[in-house]
Amino acid sequence: MNYTFKWSVLWTGESGRWLVQGLLTTLELSALAWLLAVALGILAGALRTVRFTPLRWAATSYVEFFRNVPLLVWMFFWYFGVPPLLPRGVQDWLFNHGAEFWAGMLALGVYHGARISEVIRSGIQSIPRTQFEASLAIGLTTFQAYRLIILPVALRLIVPPATNESLNLLKNSSVALTISVAELTFQTRQIETYTAKAIEAFTAGTLIYLVLCLSIATIMARVERRYAIPGLIARVGPGQ
Amino acid sequence: MDFSVITNNFKFLILQGLVGIGPFIGGTLRLAIPAIMLGFALGIFVGLARLAQAPWIRLPATAYVEFFRGVPLVMVIFWIWIIVPQVLRLPIPEYGVALTAFVIFEAAYFGEIVRAGVQSVPRGQVEAATALGMTGAKTMTYVVLPQALKNMVPSLVTQMIVLFKDTSLASIIGYVDLTKAAQIVNNREIKPFQIYIFIAVVYWLCTYSMSLFARRLERRAA
Repeated sequence: MNYTFKWSVLWTGESGRWLVQGLLTTLELSALAWLLAVALGILAGALRTVRFTPLRWAATSYVEFFRNVPLLVWMFFWYFGVPPLLPRGVQDWLFNHGAEFWAGMLALGVYHGARISEVIRSGIQSIPRTQFEASLAIGLTTFQAYRLIILPVALRLIVPPATNESLNLLKNSSVALTISVAELTFQTRQIETYTAKAIEAFTAGTLIYLVLCLSIATIMARVERRYAIPGLIARVGPGQ
Repeated sequence: MDFSVITNNFKFLILQGLVGIGPFIGGTLRLAIPAIMLGFALGIFVGLARLAQAPWIRLPATAYVEFFRGVPLVMVIFWIWIIVPQVLRLPIPEYGVALTAFVIFEAAYFGEIVRAGVQSVPRGQVEAATALGMTGAKTMTYVVLPQALKNMVPSLVTQMIVLFKDTSLASIIGYVDLTKAAQIVNNREIKPFQIYIFIAVVYWLCTYSMSLFARRLERRAA
């Protein structure tokens, strides 16, 4: 091996600023996509358990189509495929306002929404049907039963698989570099290109992801213990 | 909407992109199938190593799993694509880079599935095998693993589907899989909506049939 290490490239020149910007973009992209994914996931996950067939069918098609196609394809689809269908003015506005970020956010959110809905569905289905029947018997409507009884319990049951899926989302945000969103992996490559110090650049990027993931996992393990439902050992299987 | 771009390039997308027959080295299936088999094979070792009594086997395996589950696959691909050739002073073709990255990365996930599968086998089975005079290795091969495998089927197929989708990331380093083939066609024809929806459907047909197959296996095993 014939390689001279020069770790100072990480804090001299622009590198430090690029890393911080990359990290912030990754966090911003992941956070917005996560909100979208959770909203879609709760909606689709709940709809897949209702009796009314057209709603259930619509939710099922969304989930089965979006989660079974690679995220990278969705990135290209939302970034290259969709904008040309929009009116000219909207297109111009989008490309002046960071279209790649919003396309990446949509791709991540819609894809992971389908995956999170599977987690939520398995959480809902692990609650005994009698709870739902009891809610109706005390006079709640179906919507109230879901909002007040089923979902609050399901959300506490699914903390571990939901954490897993959220970390997947965070790691998958790196795919957005393919549509040139300047997130962490993108900035890592940029440092590598400018300094020609590949090992240093990629070590920095990799460690940031690792620390991020491990600290979220540690925090969520505490949340899991805090919100565990006493007396229940029902383990909810992860969605696909 | 005009879909003639698909019929005109159908052969290139499917033969070159999906299967890997054509002028470029490529093919989603040619990458996915060996990656799944080798990743699972390495995953068995990782999973068993995590259950080992000896700490010097168990701890490195645990570190391996925690490390690769904490970094994005794209990062791993870049490590092998950019850094390994620099360090070894040896150019690696895209196919080799992609296959190595997927096998190393997915083995961590397969390892967790194997571990959970082995742990799901009742303790009494091991005790009974020991009572019959089987050695540890024999117990593992003839008693524990066959039963564990049955319990693992659903999550194994899930992980295989994930890996199949992940192979699209090989297009980042220029490997001509289905996604890269679509990009090549799109650069010439500029019909992104039709082309990307088409390959989405092709991917979906592959992965959805895998999950239907898994459901059938599950019903038969139950």
